[in-house]
Formats: sequence, structure tokens, C-alpha cells
Amino acid sequence: MNLNKIFALSLRHVYLIKGSFPRILDLIYWPTIQIFLWGFISKFFTLNSSYFENTVGIILSAAILYDFLFRSSISYNMMFLEEIWSRNFTNLFIAPIKISEIIAALTFTAIFRTLIGLVPAALLAIPLFGVSIFKIGIPLIFLLITLYIFGVTLGLLVTSGLIRFGPSFENIAWASLFFLAPLGCIYYPIEILPDWLQIIAKLLPLVHIFEEMRNVLIHDIVDYYQILKAIIISFIYFVFGIIIFYLSYDGAKNRGTLINMGE
Amino acid sequence: MKLKVQNLVKKFNSINAVNDISFEIEKNSTLGLLGPNGCGKTTSIGMMLGLITPTSGKIYIDDTCLKPKNRIELLSLMNFASPYIELPKKLTVKQNLEVYARLYGVVEINKRVDEMVLDLNLKNFLHKKTGELSSGQKNRVSLAKSLINKPKLLFLDEPTASLDPDVGDFVREYIEKYKKNNELTILLASHNMKEVERLCNKIVMMKKGEIVDSGTCDQLIKKHGRQNLEDTFLKIARSNSEFK
Repeated sequence: MNLNKIFALSLRHVYLIKGSFPRILDLIYWPTIQIFLWGFISKFFTLNSSYFENTVGIILSAAILYDFLFRSSISYNMMFLEEIWSRNFTNLFIAPIKISEIIAALTFTAIFRTLIGLVPAALLAIPLFGVSIFKIGIPLIFLLITLYIFGVTLGLLVTSGLIRFGPSFENIAWASLFFLAPLGCIYYPIEILPDWLQIIAKLLPLVHIFEEMRNVLIHDIVDYYQILKAIIISFIYFVFGIIIFYLSYDGAKNRGTLINMGE
Repeated sequence: MKLKVQNLVKKFNSINAVNDISFEIEKNSTLGLLGPNGCGKTTSIGMMLGLITPTSGKIYIDDTCLKPKNRIELLSLMNFASPYIELPKKLTVKQNLEVYARLYGVVEINKRVDEMVLDLNLKNFLHKKTGELSSGQKNRVSLAKSLINKPKLLFLDEPTASLDPDVGDFVREYIEKYKKNNELTILLASHNMKEVERLCNKIVMMKKGEIVDSGTCDQLIKKHGRQNLEDTFLKIARSNSEFK
């Protein structure tokens, strides 16, 4: 892989963000709204429930982590869609850049976009609701890495769909994460799900990530085996995502859709 | 750089978009690929750029057969410009040229960008967003992008479509000048017959995915008993045409 080419492609997206204040505002706006919304909802539950003492902390931490996953995936999709919307797709695919370099560039740039949105929101939660996601400690790094790998994987699957089916697949891009959210057990323990759904849910890394987050915040215990399991599951999906992306790319070359994508 | 296309076929399901075409472009010459809309020109160019997988046939670039394995290596020696594809609209002209210079592995990026700015007279709108430019300005930026890596093989798809005669002439003149001073082989797809007459050494006429005639401009005009290339084109295109 050529780092200079990966940097060039990342630079294209950095220039795009840097040159547009509304774009930066948009990146920050939604995570912040999420924090406000979930902050107030969970505050209400704290006042009216005795389930656990730290409801605000747990729900808000879950909201921040879920948003991290959401932003990683959406950032990945958005960067790909930008190429289609700007009709730059053909220029990109005739440049001497490998598919692996495109994937690497989008993966690295997605973290940049994600952090622009999430860091202000996570910091805002500290004075507003007295909730600091950083209280999770060292395991937070692993949870974020796992979420990021899975977010990028979802991005890869959606972009594969965009290559395969064209811009009409765009709506799926927005819907993809909401589809997995109920199974991810983000805001509730896995026991809430019916037995048969629990089996399916355990195949996703999300359940292990959010169960572990609650474990740390409620019981102050870190189960690294659970975290490792989440990382391995995410990585398996990631490899699967890459394979699907390559297959879609080859399929698009066979169908001749790369040359007029976006028209 | 020499380009050789050998028995190239592309089928989309049961439709033969390109049907067994073969031709050669000699090093430093310009070949005009002509034909009515939908005759398979863009599909052929797509295959030569490695964007479309041929059903069968081979493409040789300087005796190297284009394959997925060597595509990246060969792409760094080629480039493509078309008014139907664009550069990122929200990036300035300079940012776009810089990004593409990096993607093509240009060594002295600033020097090369400056050369293109000077050559194509881009200075006045260098820091303007590409989406805010006029068609003529966009076209020159697109041409600058297509020459940023000093390609040895350039594909131009209707490079002066939708341009006023003045800008069109500037572009044609620039291509001529650039070719004189640099080693460059061009495949030009165009509907502007005057442009083809002016720039091309040889012409290949396509129709319904097949090559129906080829030769120099004079040879074709003479062979079909017409006064100019436009009439020759019409004669070939309209034989069995729905617009006849």
C-alpha cells in the first residue's frame, strides 16, 4: 500500500470538511442533540425509577458509544457518497490507486470525521449531566476500537451495495444501523430479548460491547475475555466486509457501472 | 506509448455493446474514435482504462497486456478527461490538482501544478471552488487534471463539448501544442468533426458496437465520395439508421 496515495485521498475529504463550516456544524450537531435528548430522558428515569442509581451515566454512555458506531459507519458511507454526488467516481477509479488503498483512506478519514462530532458531545456531557464516558477507563479504548471496526464494516457493506446497485442504494445506507440497533442491546440488557433473538444478537459484537460497558459502570468489573470476543467478532465481520467490497467492485466492472456512476 | 486493441468484445447480458473490435494507435499519434451515440465508444474507452472487464479480447499498452494485476502500474501512465465526469465541486481548483497529483504519484507536486496553472491559464480562479466555475473554466481544469501526471496515453471523451468556439479553439490549440512538446498518444472520442480533422492522424468509425471503417481523414472522405468528414460521418451513421 502506498501511504502517499492514502494520504491524498484522505486529504480530499479533509479539504472538504475544512472548507465548509456548515459541514463541521452538521458533524457536531447530531451527536450533541443525542446527548441532550438521552441526558434528559435518563434524568427523568433516575427520578422515577429505582432500577439502578446511575441511570443517567449508563444510558448516556451507551448513547455516546452507539453514536460513535453510528458516526463511524455514516462517515464511511458519506465519503463514498460524496464521490458519487460530485461525479468524481470515474476520476477516482481511473487513478492508479488500489482498492485496498481506497478502503484504508476511507477507514482512516472516517475516524477524523467521527471524532469531530463526538468529542464535543462527550465533553459536553460532563458539565451538563455529570457523566464522563472516560470513567470506563482503559477498557473504553478497546470498546471504541471494536465499535470502530464494526462501524467501518457496516460502511463497507453499504458502499458495496452502492457499487453494486448504484446511488439508489443510498436509502439503505441511512437505514442500515437502525436495523441492527434493537439487536445490539444498546440501552437494555440482553435478557430483555426473547431467547431465540438472544442467540442471533450474540453473533453481533454490539451485545458484547454494551454488556461490557454496563458491567464496568455498574459492577466496576472488567471482563477482558468479553472484550476480546467482541474484537474477534468485529474483525471477522470486517474481513467479510472487505471480501464483499471486492466482489461488488468486480461485479461493477463486469456490468460497466463504474464509468457512469452518479449520472 | 502504443495502444493495441485486439478482438475486444463486451456483452451486457445478451446485448453486444462492443463486438470484436481491433485497432492500433501508434506512439505519439492521435486516433479519433467516431460513431453515433450508443455505438460503444465509451464502453471501449472504459475497457481500455480497466474500468470495464471485457467479455473477451485483449488490450496491449506498449506490448504489455492490460490485466487486473498490472492495471495500477499502467494507469499511472494514462489519464482521461471527459465533460461527463467532474472533479469534487467543493474543493478549490488548486486542492483538486494537488490531490490528483498525489494520487498519480507526481514527485514535484507544486512545480507541476504551477506548470498546469500557467499553461492552461488557471491563475484567476485557482482558489475558487471547482463547482463555481463556468463550463469553459471547468473544462480547462479537467484537462489540467488529465495532464497532471504527464501521461503517455490520454483518453479524451468529447473534450470540447458544450464549450463556446473561443474556449474550444483554445483547448484544441493547447492539445496540439502539448503534443508537439511531449510524448503523448491520444485516443479522442468526439462528435465535433472539425476537431477530429484538426487533431487526428487516423480515424476509426464505429457503429452498433462494430468498426465499420477506418483510415485517415482524407482517405475516408475520398472513399465515401463526400466533401468533408461531417458528411462522411452522416453517410456512414445514417445507413440503416432510424433517422435516415
